[in-house]
Amino acid sequence: MPGLRRRFGDYGGRYVAETLHEALDELEAAFVTIVPSEAFRTELDRLLRTYVGRPTPLFRADRLARAIDPKNETISALYLKREDLAHTGAHKINNAIAQVLLARTMGKTRIIAETGAGQHGVATATAAALFGLPCEVFMGAEDIARQAPNVGRMRLLGAAVRPVTSGSRTLKDAMNEALRDWVTHVRTTHYCVGSAAGPHPYPELVAQFQTVIGEEARAQMLEVEGALPDAAIACVGGGSNAIGLFRGFLADPSVALYGVEAAGAGLDTERHAATLTRGRKGVLHGAKTLVLADDGGQILEAHSVSAGLDYPGVGPEHAHLRDTGRATYLTTTDGEALAETRRLARTEGLLVALETAHAFARVEEISRREARTRGRPVTLLVCLSGRGDKDLATTLPALEAAETP
Amino acid sequence: MSTARIAGAFERRRAAGQGVLVTYLCAGFPDLETSVAVALACVEGGADVLEIGCPFSDPTADGEVIARASTAALRRGGGLSTALEVAARVRAVSDVPLVLFGYYNPIFVAGERETAQRALAAGVDAFLVVDLPPEEEQELGPAASELGLGVVPLVAPTTRESRIARLAGARPLPPFVYCVSVTGVTGRAADGLAVASRRAREIGDRVGAPAVVGFGVTGPSSAREAGLHADGVVVGSALVQVVEDATARGLSPSETAKLVREATSPLAHAVHTRNEPSAPPPSAPRT
Repeated sequence: MPGLRRRFGDYGGRYVAETLHEALDELEAAFVTIVPSEAFRTELDRLLRTYVGRPTPLFRADRLARAIDPKNETISALYLKREDLAHTGAHKINNAIAQVLLARTMGKTRIIAETGAGQHGVATATAAALFGLPCEVFMGAEDIARQAPNVGRMRLLGAAVRPVTSGSRTLKDAMNEALRDWVTHVRTTHYCVGSAAGPHPYPELVAQFQTVIGEEARAQMLEVEGALPDAAIACVGGGSNAIGLFRGFLADPSVALYGVEAAGAGLDTERHAATLTRGRKGVLHGAKTLVLADDGGQILEAHSVSAGLDYPGVGPEHAHLRDTGRATYLTTTDGEALAETRRLARTEGLLVALETAHAFARVEEISRREARTRGRPVTLLVCLSGRGDKDLATTLPALEAAETP
Repeated sequence: MSTARIAGAFERRRAAGQGVLVTYLCAGFPDLETSVAVALACVEGGADVLEIGCPFSDPTADGEVIARASTAALRRGGGLSTALEVAARVRAVSDVPLVLFGYYNPIFVAGERETAQRALAAGVDAFLVVDLPPEEEQELGPAASELGLGVVPLVAPTTRESRIARLAGARPLPPFVYCVSVTGVTGRAADGLAVASRRAREIGDRVGAPAVVGFGVTGPSSAREAGLHADGVVVGSALVQVVEDATARGLSPSETAKLVREATSPLAHAVHTRNEPSAPPPSAPRT
């Protein structure tokens, strides 16, 4: 039986309590046998087309391009892959639908998930409702407070939202609690992990389910531009939308890959979530990867204005792509992300998720860099990973405060 | 060989037809002084092996009692170094076998070889790393065995035959096998401890090492049940709860230690007298 990729360079692996090994083996075996089957493929394709709304469009953002580069010096075209138009408003649904379909095929009768911003929680609750499976979502108490609309959506979809009050009360602790629940109910429950992180086989499994973003975008770019983009850009918390986009272009050396993570209050402070930029090698939530940890190996609390990026780890494949230099990782502060949110709203009429705004805030820098290297204006592709309605409780007061002299 | 201490404890009890009591404590909870006193109280109460828990920020396999203790210990700056200090101070006055219990990241960040050396110097006999399965044990196992330290593997109710067979083929053999009684986190009350005990016996026989039952042993009667067939029984959360309650009442380290000793001794009696079910425990009501 051919397995899935267990390691990405030195990263990845399966560092979990013994109780979970059997379930992870079972999941890997199911992935390898069920996912390639005609029946699964047909059903997933049908759901992605008729329920999720795929393929999501590629939008050429000319007003934003001109706002960034008024004289046409660095950007020849700027394309957005509109994952915000997927059902539930973010790329998370691609993975959630596929995992819950897989879980149902495996005979699992209960779904659990962790969520930060709530996008993955909403996506999982949606998929569970679609398949008629009970669903519980673990969410940090802090995130519940700042993502109220998504909490309401999950409850309306029939999911039980379990507040997590341990540790930093955010995504990391929600994942701890989900793992504890899974250890306890492992025989009947599928843990729908939301990012390309966690123990093997999740990083590979989630990446494969998100690769639809990159594959579609690649074909769409070839169709509209007749060429590949010069750079593909995405925000990185755990890194699932980024790896989904990158996988479409990994084999194309001319396409530069950029991930953007959260610098929070600034890299020179302790309040950031820039794991790839400031992290160290370590083991968190089942994978060897880059983590924010102190010298004693204790995991530090991450900080970002965006609940979805507020995670002290990152998917192991990103750590590997950083080490090999295939992808470049930059950072955006809370303030820059908020300002970018406003710019996108006003130039293109797009209310993007705070996560996504991190990626957009580096487009200018990337366009200059790539234009200099290539000696011409460049074509850029940005993953618009999700819409920002859920963030209004955070963005509106912050932007008002910034506008008040 | 340092694992000789552990082997000796199991051999002595086995020769007498008795089980081994392993107790867990969270190093640095509620503070360093008290946790050393608690460790020694466990020994005085009859514990044969001590698991010294390294507090970790993300204890995904632990229930709320141990997770709370870990968080409290970390707030005081505890961690791997605290656990090694507790070990060294216990070792200075006792020959009780010591198992360093924890999660992998603090060991990985400190360096596996360095940690093994520091552990040896502190008088530790073996490691038990909850989230480091044999497949991923690239450095710690060899580093430990070069120094004569052991690595204790875990077996869960979900563990498949092929993984147990791998343990049976491992050289050096582990000092003992930790059989988890339930699919769950620490501290959850388990039914079917007798079944877990029988399974531990089978696994121990297959692997060729002593096997203990842990998780969900809440008092003397469940300790007796867990120890029916296994070589030993682990009690963790129940004793950490005693420490937590004592701390909440503002008791001194010696008063806390006294309560821990009083809680340990009926557990030890239950495990040590497993073949004499009619013998009354000395200080606990018959259950």
